[in-house]
Amino acid sequence: MPFKRYVEIGRVALVNYGKDYGKLVVIVDVIDQNRALVDAPDMVRGQMNFKRLTLTDIKIDIKRVPNKKTLVAALEAADVKNKWESSSWGRKLIVQKKRASLKDFDRFKIMLAKIKKAGVVRQELSKLKKETTC
Amino acid sequence: MSYKYHQFQVVGRGLPTETEEQPKIYRMKLWATNEVRAKSKFWYYLRKLKKVKKSNGQMLAINEIFEKNPTTIKNYGIWLRYQSRTGYHNMYKEYRDTTLNGAIEQMYTEMASRHRVRHHCIQVIKTATIPAKLCKRESTKQFHNSKIKFPLVFKKVRPPTRKLKTTYKASRPNLFV
Repeated sequence: MPFKRYVEIGRVALVNYGKDYGKLVVIVDVIDQNRALVDAPDMVRGQMNFKRLTLTDIKIDIKRVPNKKTLVAALEAADVKNKWESSSWGRKLIVQKKRASLKDFDRFKIMLAKIKKAGVVRQELSKLKKETTC
Repeated sequence: MSYKYHQFQVVGRGLPTETEEQPKIYRMKLWATNEVRAKSKFWYYLRKLKKVKKSNGQMLAINEIFEKNPTTIKNYGIWLRYQSRTGYHNMYKEYRDTTLNGAIEQMYTEMASRHRVRHHCIQVIKTATIPAKLCKRESTKQFHNSKIKFPLVFKKVRPPTRKLKTTYKASRPNLFV
């Protein structure tokens, strides 16, 4: 299988370890075989080991080491935020975050909703069962 | 990013005597883990260069030097003199890093791993930021490419915090990128 996601200038990556866990960052330059210079709108440009990054499919069009303004403009132009949040990976992360931040009342509401949904499914199933047996 | 080696500027001179009212002041830039070690290193080098010791000298100033642009990548060339098992040798090494302290730390760890030279056997002669055209080593020159592109061949699977580390896993990991 050939590789589809490359480390290149403009590649958007997700931080999977450390202080900035869960953030989307842009690879802005490559320092050496193990480290990249990485930038995001809400952090100071800094170096990060590739072991802490997971590459995504999104790539934006920037030159080597753009200044913050150009980077933010390029992110807006490529619409990275919406692309990420509408991708299946992005949606899964949003759901995980929501589930982790539920309060007891929210969990109670979810329990009621689950019971209701299970009741509806069971009714449909029993209807189908009746049709096939009789 | 915390670095083990900090860069200090140390200024000192010999004590004034009756024959020499205003002795010459000497300034050195050196790397040490802390200020105390930096002062000690200063006297070590000064003893080898001039006829002055810590007992007949005084420290005038010691300041830490911080990196001016820690957000840009630079190519550092480091000239060093090290002691191997059979004698002293000079060496020139190149590193790509964002800060000089980072490059020096890379140098110390690389000398330890490649040549088994410990920290106290290494003397840094000179450091400089090298423009890309003048770099000598292929391993730094291969990153001088504005359209650099390579895949990450092997994905290390690890939990996002050390707390979630377990000795046994239920299934084998998927290592493809």
